[in-house]
Parts: sequence; C-alpha cells; structure tokens
Amino acid sequence: DTVPPQVVPGADPSTRQLCFAWGPAEVLVCETLFGRAGGSRYRCLSRSPSPLRFWSEGRAGAAARTLTGSVAGTGQGTPSSTRVFVVRRDQDIYIQTLRKLFNESHGIFMGLQRSEEELAGKSRKAQLVQVSKNYRSVIRACMEDMHQAAVSARDPALQGQYSTQVSILSAMELIWNLCEILFVEAAAAGPLLLRLLDWVRLHVCDVDSMVREVLSSESPSKHKLFWNVVDVFVLQGRMDEARHLLSKEASANPTSMNMYKILDDLMKKMPVPSLGNTQTLTELELKWQHWHEECQRYLQDGTFASNPHMESICKILLGDEDAILEKKELMTTWYHFLVTRLLYSHPTVKPLELRFYAQSSMDLFLGGESSPEPLDMILMAAFEFEMHQVIKECSIVLSNWWFVAHLTDLLDHCKLLQSHNLYFGSNMREFLLLEYASGLFSHHSLWQLGVDYFDHCPEYGRVYLELHIERIPLSTEQKALKVLRICEQRQMHEQVRSICKIMAMKALRNNRLGSALSWSIRAKDAAFATLISDRFLKDYCERGCFSDLDLIDNLGPSMLLSDRLTFLGKYREFHRLYGEKRFPEAARLLLTLMTAHIAPCSFWMTLLTDALPLLEQKEVIFSAEQTYELMRCLEDLTAGNPDKQKFQDDDDETTKVEMLRLALARNLARVIVKEGTVEGS
Amino acid sequence: AMEDVSAKFVSQKISRTRWRPLPAAALQPPDLFATGSWDNEDNRISIWSAGDLGNAGLNGEYHGEPHLLCDIQHNGDVMDMQFLDQERIVVASSTGTVTIFRHHQNNQTLSVNHRWEKAHYHVDQDTSCGGAACTGVVCNNPEIVTVGEDGRINLFRADQKDAVRTIDNADSSTLHAVTFLRTTEILTVNSIGQLKIWDFRQQRNEPSQIFSLAGDRVPLHCVDRHPNQQHIVATGGQDGMLSIWDIRQGTMPVSLLNAHEAEMWEVHFHPSDPDHLFTCSEDGSLWHWDTSTNVSEKPSFLRQGGRSTAYLSHSTINQSVVSAWLSNDPTKDRMEITNLIPNQTLSVNSLDVLGPCLVYGTDAEAIYVNRQLFA
Repeated sequence: DTVPPQVVPGADPSTRQLCFAWGPAEVLVCETLFGRAGGSRYRCLSRSPSPLRFWSEGRAGAAARTLTGSVAGTGQGTPSSTRVFVVRRDQDIYIQTLRKLFNESHGIFMGLQRSEEELAGKSRKAQLVQVSKNYRSVIRACMEDMHQAAVSARDPALQGQYSTQVSILSAMELIWNLCEILFVEAAAAGPLLLRLLDWVRLHVCDVDSMVREVLSSESPSKHKLFWNVVDVFVLQGRMDEARHLLSKEASANPTSMNMYKILDDLMKKMPVPSLGNTQTLTELELKWQHWHEECQRYLQDGTFASNPHMESICKILLGDEDAILEKKELMTTWYHFLVTRLLYSHPTVKPLELRFYAQSSMDLFLGGESSPEPLDMILMAAFEFEMHQVIKECSIVLSNWWFVAHLTDLLDHCKLLQSHNLYFGSNMREFLLLEYASGLFSHHSLWQLGVDYFDHCPEYGRVYLELHIERIPLSTEQKALKVLRICEQRQMHEQVRSICKIMAMKALRNNRLGSALSWSIRAKDAAFATLISDRFLKDYCERGCFSDLDLIDNLGPSMLLSDRLTFLGKYREFHRLYGEKRFPEAARLLLTLMTAHIAPCSFWMTLLTDALPLLEQKEVIFSAEQTYELMRCLEDLTAGNPDKQKFQDDDDETTKVEMLRLALARNLARVIVKEGTVEGS
Repeated sequence: AMEDVSAKFVSQKISRTRWRPLPAAALQPPDLFATGSWDNEDNRISIWSAGDLGNAGLNGEYHGEPHLLCDIQHNGDVMDMQFLDQERIVVASSTGTVTIFRHHQNNQTLSVNHRWEKAHYHVDQDTSCGGAACTGVVCNNPEIVTVGEDGRINLFRADQKDAVRTIDNADSSTLHAVTFLRTTEILTVNSIGQLKIWDFRQQRNEPSQIFSLAGDRVPLHCVDRHPNQQHIVATGGQDGMLSIWDIRQGTMPVSLLNAHEAEMWEVHFHPSDPDHLFTCSEDGSLWHWDTSTNVSEKPSFLRQGGRSTAYLSHSTINQSVVSAWLSNDPTKDRMEITNLIPNQTLSVNSLDVLGPCLVYGTDAEAIYVNRQLFA
C-alpha cells in the first residue's frame, strides 16, 4: 500500500525537472537545469498543480529541510535552482527534547540484550515486564519535559509543535502499555481485567481536572458536577473513592440514608479478581453471580427509583450497556467503554475473547457517527493479538522508528515474533533496528548510539555499520580516535586503515610529519610510513638537518614497520653517534646501511658523502677491509647506474665521485701503513 | 552508594565537567559546576547548580537533580575547560580558539570575557581555515597555558591581548594534555607516549626533560600531578593503562597499572586527599583508586561528606601515600579499586572531584553528580 504522499515545500517539478540522489537515510532532491520540454513523464508523477509529491515506501515521516546556499545549478538557473532539498526518513531524530528518549532508552536496550535468557519462566517474565516499564517511564519523563517546554514556549508555532509531540508521546505510551499487558506480561483471565483497569485509569485523564475541581470545592456534594465525578469513579472501578464521595452526600441527606447504605453495601461487596492465587476463577464467577443477582433484585424492587443518579449507578453495576453508554462523555474513548463493560459484565474475560468485546465496543461507542482513527486501529489490532499488524500500523503512523524498533525488539525477546521472516532475508526485529540505527547515524551527534544497535543485528548489522561509519566526518583527532576505537573493537580492518590514512593525509597536508607517522604506525600501514619517511629524508637533504627529532629519536619498535622507516631511524642514529664523536661506531653503522641494503640506492651518494669527513679525520677510522667495501659501494653506484651519461654530464656529481675516490685512496694508504705498523710492532 | 548519584539527560554529548573552585575558607561542599559539549551542531558551555541543598534529608542524603542556571553558545567542540577563578572559565575549542567566559552570578548569565582567535593553527594563522584543535588548557591565575594538535604551546595572561610566550613546533606529534608542575614549569603528554617537562624560565624552545613509555609508544591522553608531592605524576593512555611517574628519577614510569579497556580520557588526584585517584574512559567506566591503607584511618570529613575542619590535616596522610603510589608492587599495598559505573556503555569523557563531590559527563548525553563519594 502507498501512504499519503509527502510534500517537499519549494521544490517545483512543474517548471524544472528534478534529480535525486539516494543516501542510506536521506534523499537529496534538487532542480536541474533542464526545462519542462521533454518531461512529459514527470507530468504524470504530479498531476496536482505544483509541489513535488514524495512517496516514501511504507511510512509517512519524511521531512524536508532546505539547505540554501548549497550549489546544485549554475548561473543560468533561476535563484530557486540553487537549492538542494534533504528529505529525511526519520524526522523525530532531530527533535532536541527526544534526544533524552534516544539516549536513555539506549541504556535500557543494551541492558535487555545483556539480560540473561536462562532465567526461567516467572523471573524471566518479571524481568521483561520491568524492561517494558522502564521504557514507558522514559517515554513519560520525555512527555513531561515536552509538556514543560510547551508551557514555557512563547512562540505559538513552537508551542503547537511541542503539544503535538506530547500527544504523540502519550499515544505511544498508551499503545506500549496495552502491548505490555497483552503480550509481554500476557495477563491471564482475572488479573487481565485489573491490568486493563489500571491502563484506563492511567491514560484517560480528560476527566482529571473535573475530579480535582469537585474534590477541592468546599462542599463537594453541592457541586453541580458531583454526580459526574461519582460516575467517573464507578466507570473506572474506583469503588473506594466513589463510596467515600457518596458518604458525604449521604450524611447531607438523612432521609435517603437507607438507599445510600444499600448502594454502598453493593459497591463494597462487589467481587473483584485477585492478583494472587487466593481464589479460583470458578469461585470468583460464583460470587460474582450472587452479587449480580442481588443488584438485580434491588433494581427490580425499585429501591433506587426515587434517585435517578443512584438508579443509573445500579444499572452500571449490572453492566447495562445503555446505562453505561449514556456516560459516553465521561469515558471519552471506546476502549474505556470496553473496559467498563468488561468490568461489570465479564470480569473473568479471557485474553482471546477480548477481540469480540473490543470490536463491538468500538462499534457501539462510535455508533457510525465517526470512523476509527489510526490509533483506534492500532489498539484494535492489539486486542485482536495481531502483533504484526500493531507494528505495521505504528510504522506507518508514527514519525519515528524509535517506537517500533524498541517494541519489536522487546516482543522478540519475549519469543513472540520468531516465526515471522521477511522476504529480504532478515527478520522484522532486525529490519526495524537497522532503520532506526540508520536514522541515528544520519544525525550529527547521535551516531554513537547507532553502533550498539547495529551490533545486535546479526544478519546485516555489520555491513550497515561498515557503510555508515565511513561517512562520519573526522573533524578532530579526538573524534577520529573514537571512531577508530569502534572499528578496532569490531576488527573492521578496512575501516581502521581508511581512518588512519585519512588522518595521516590530513596531518601530512598540515606539515605535521610526526602526527602523520603515528597515524600510519597505528594502522600498521607500511606503505604510508615509507612515504612519510621519504618526506623526512627529503627535508633532510634540502635543509641539512632533521625536523621532528623528538619523534625520530623515539621510534622504538615501530621502526620495524617499514624498511624506509628503519633506515630513517638508523640514519638518524648515525648522526647522533657522529655528533657524540663516537666515530668508529658511526662508521660501522654507515657502512652497514649500504652493505645490508637498508638504505635505498638513491640515498647512497648522500651516505658516501657523509663518509667524507670521517675519511678526513686525523685518526684513521675505516679499516682496510671497510675501505674496500666503501670503494665497492661507490663503484656499484657509478657502474650500476643505468643512466651513466647523467653522472658524466653532471659536473657536481663527477667532482664528488672524484673527491670520494681520492679520499678513499688516501685512507687506504693511511690504514695500510697503520695496520702494517701495528702488526709489525 | 549508587543511590546517592543523581543523573540528568541534557540532550548534548558532554566533553568536560568542572566544579567551580571553592573560596579559600569555604567549609561547604561545592554547589556549582560547568559543562562543555562536543560533536553538536550547536555546542554550549553551561553552568549548573548541583541541586538544592535545602532538600538534604536528616541523614544528609541528597535528592534532586542538577538544574541549568545559564548557558552560552560555543564555536566548535569543547576540548578542554578550566576555571580561572570563581567567575571565569577558560575553554579550549576544536577550532583552535581559546575563550574566557565570565559567569555573572547576580543575573545568571554567561558572556565572553576574552578570546584568542586561532591560538592553535596549522601552516598559517591568517588564512580563513587552518585552525588546529586546542586539546588542553591549564590555568594558574592569571596564567593560562594551552596545547594543541599543532604541537604548539601557548602561554597567555588573562589580562594581556597577545601570547606571553609561544613555542611553535614544540612537539612533532599531537599534544593531548597539559598541567602545571610548578609555577614556571609545565608537563605535557603527547601521542607517542612521551611526558615532557617545559621550563618557561629557559629561553630555548625545548623540553627540559623527556620521559617516555617503553615498548610500543602508546599515546598518552591525560596527565595530573600529585597535589602535595609534586614529583608524583599520573598519566592515562590510549590502552586504558594508568602510569605513575616519579620525575625525580629515571625516564620511565615507576608503575603501570592495568585499568580501562579503552582510552583513558581523564585522571585526577583528589585535590585534598591525594591517596584517592579517579580515572574515566572511552569504555564507559569510571574508576576510584584508593591507596589509603587502613579504611578506619580515613579522615572524618570523607566519611560523612560533612563540614568538618579536616581539610587542613594533609601532612599526616601524605607519608603513607608516597610509598603507596610509588611502590613497584601496588597490590602489596592494598590498593582498592572500584568501578563507579557498572552498566554504562558509552564513553565517560570527563570527571571532576572536589571535597566529597564527583561530577562526570558522558557521550550518552547525561551528567551525573555524586555528593557522597566516600560515604
């Protein structure tokens, strides 16, 4: 089925063609430069005069936000063509006050996922009911905040928005509470009625102000709404309160004392189901039958004939449908009527019988005057135990995924939804959680919550997380670290690499070689470490000194990440040894860098040039053997160079090679003399 | 004592929480704190009242959640925050700007008192972009020191327009946090596991001492100095490890203590009872490290969170503390460690302790106040 189309304000397909780009949680819509000429197909799309109608499959909550200033056309277009519309699927995600709901319920959700499934029978059920109650109390707290916001808002439009939210939250809680009674707790005949009574008392609050007004008046029994309030109490099964009020009236009317006494006695004696196992249903039914007959007798012998108010109460006690329906205004809803009817005619109603009473109550109450609203349909589906229907209707009506995702997850933990697989391979719980979490990820700040929801989607959660996490903007290193931690904990190697690479590139662009290097070390990205090492070496060749010594001197084991990094560290060590005048060690290291092929060939000439001052020292440093090796390195370099011409053309290089050869030859001469002398003596 | 904790969901991710410092002679517990948010489209600095003390019951138990007194918009993520005095707060921004906000207590408003635009920057301070996140700030009125992702150290004075001293490229990696060692010396930690001492009396732009972790150079994220024994320094790392350093000797930490499973974002010695230490982490936990050897010897003010005069009696406590924190085998000295948040899932980004009170803030958009830390 398609749902009513959403209108994107300002987008006008009657003058320009539109283009779309789909994202995981939103759609970009913008006007193109093309005119209407060949666009007959689009005319069919929007037969209505102008704005773009937008169908979002299966749900109604698409919201449009206009990003002015974003570029979507060029100068040729009209001003309106430079607008991009962002159509989002989960509108409520952006409501500030609801962030409390999302965050607090996230904690409850996580608790539920952690909770022990092994807990048997009753204690498991109690645990699940508690979880359900926790969810509801978060909704209620949110409702109160929203109500406060509505009261204190000065702007009428804003006030209206808040009030709408209050009623949406209130409807959500109403539905959730009914689902809790019927599905989570699965109350049995007897207690079921008590639960439904609580439900009605909690949610039918339209009469509360009237009750307060009468009770706080000087003499309640004189108040013109006195009997209305007594009726409200009776209709909601609040017998003690009703009797308390009636006693006030009785003391004011000594003449009809007897009549009051009898009614009071009937109300007191009314058998009610107990929550404990103190009586069986049959016992209750028997008692109830007796009581019913007693009421019947008093009504028939005209005990209350002189007082129409009391007579009508007695009729209500007898479950007289017409008498109850007369109080329609005091009940305000068909489901209140249903519960009152059950209380006085079928107190031991079984769960599966509810559907018949619910349907007829709705028909009777609405009386063909008005058609049921979406909320009525949802509650009806619940009374019919059509869980999937409840979830489907809620998905369509509500402008958020929060409700259906969390309710479905809870019902799934109650093992109520297992048989239902969807055509796309995952179950309904997962489908809804994925939708909700995707919405969170499209939000500037709430994305962190989404991670845990994806974690608990066994089928597609991982893939969704991988796709979404890459779209998180890495504005600071701190944020990057948080995203990185999420990926590392889940062994998402691909994403870890990509985040580190992005951060390393950023650092490199900002000339922060040290930071760049630590990012590539974190990702164990050898290629990038090589790239950065080359930058360090290039800087050295240009400036003749190292930058970022604090880093290079402290590479530690990370030096082994790439060959080039090893070389960088070792080469710096050579400079340190040279600076400390530890020449023999420096010479040995320098030679090793070449002979062990740690140094890249392109760097050999620099290394050999570095050997020059060592060769020129007063002390002889290189041994004969070492000198031969140096000579071989030099010859390898000049001979091995495929482009021999280059050396010969380059005067500088030629001079350098000549100088080296000379220095090596002289060193060799000195060392032969020295070694000969040592051996000779 | 989880019942003593009051929580409030605030619809913004909290990056920093700080108690307002108490006046010198105060005997009352702290009542006001500031928070800063991050990763919001609209970030804010907020001042909260910890709650109505009038609500305290007979046994001194505390009810009521924190409530907002005033707030002000802040450009960029709040990276760090520190009270300069009773009224002024210095805030470090991800845009590189450092701002002093003033809290006007008579009419409960916040205003900008002074601002150093792009105190931290990449490449060129004057270009339109190029700000680098300022990651840490520390104050010793009137002096303010900031560090950033640009590896720069700035020394400001609250009353001067320009920086008193700037060390460009002080560190080739990111500086994550800074604290005062003595009045002219600071400690910094960086992303390659180093702890450095800088002395502003020296003109050369190099650290006077470098300490570093052995093995893998695990980044350090936070640092705090023992309030009385200045040579004892605690740092927290990316792997959640707590390191204790004795800066009088060696170049490596005295002890490494396994703690959290992810980044340790903050570490704080208790300012008046330093045998207690608190750490919080990305893994959603907050640890209380207690090295007081004998529980019954705890100073009385800690047990009842009350108003006794024991604030001044440090000297007797400290003797045992020295050996406790610097011992190579902390297990032998009965270190008691408690996780104060059992079921938290999202990061605890910040904490602050003062007197018997703890305040912390999370990525789950909630702030928590515990007014009976030692009850």
